Amino acid sequence: MDEPLNLVLFSGTDDRLQAAAVLTAGAAALGRPVNVFLQYWALDAFRRDHIDRDHGLAPEAGTEGREHVDHLRQAGQVGWQEVLRQAKELGPVDIQACSLSMDLLGIEEPDLDPLVDGVEGVTAFYLNAGAGQVVFI
Amino acid sequence: MTATDLIAEVDARGLSCPMPIVRTAKAIRDLPSGMLVEVLATDPGSQRDFVAWCRSTGHTLVEQTTDGPVHRFVIRRK
Repeated sequence: MDEPLNLVLFSGTDDRLQAAAVLTAGAAALGRPVNVFLQYWALDAFRRDHIDRDHGLAPEAGTEGREHVDHLRQAGQVGWQEVLRQAKELGPVDIQACSLSMDLLGIEEPDLDPLVDGVEGVTAFYLNAGAGQVVFI
Repeated sequence: MTATDLIAEVDARGLSCPMPIVRTAKAIRDLPSGMLVEVLATDPGSQRDFVAWCRSTGHTLVEQTTDGPVHRFVIRRK
C-alpha cells in the first residue's frame, strides 16, 4: 500500500477529472502517495484562467448523462478542483504538468493553477512512479 | 471525563464519495489518540468505505448503525 498511485490525466472533461479527483482523494485519505501527470486536454483544464469553467463531459455521457451530472451538482457535489485541493491537504499528492504538452498547447508555468506543483518529463514521472500502478484517464 | 469520552462530530450528510472519508480524515488528524469521532453520512458507499479506511489506517470502527438513509459511524482514533 506504500507504493504510490500514479495517474496520467489525458482527458479534460469534468466527468473524467471528477473520477480522477475521487481516486486521488481516496488514496490520500489512506495515506498513499499520489503522483498526477497532466497531459494534453487535462493540462489545458488546469490553466489558471480555465480551471473553473465548464469543461463538458465525455462523449458517452449524452444528454441523459448530462442531466445526471447536473442533478448531482445541484445537490451540492464538490467539484473536482476542490476535491483535489482537499486531497493535497490530506497527504502527499504531487501534480506535475507534462513538458511536451506545455509546448504543444503553448502554456507557460505561470499560466497554471496553483494546484499544479511543477513541470516534468515522462522520465521523471516513471522514476517517481516506482513500482506503483499507472492509471491512464 | 477521560479523553475517550469525548466525541467530535463530522456531518457529511448530503456529500458524495469521497468527501465523507476526506472530511473524517481531516477531522481525526488533529485529535488526540483514543478520542471518538461520530460521523453521519448518506453516501451509500460509506458503509464499506469506513470499514476499509479504518482497517487500512489503524483507527477502530467502534459502532456502525443505519437509520433510513443516514449511516452513523463511531471511530476511535488510533
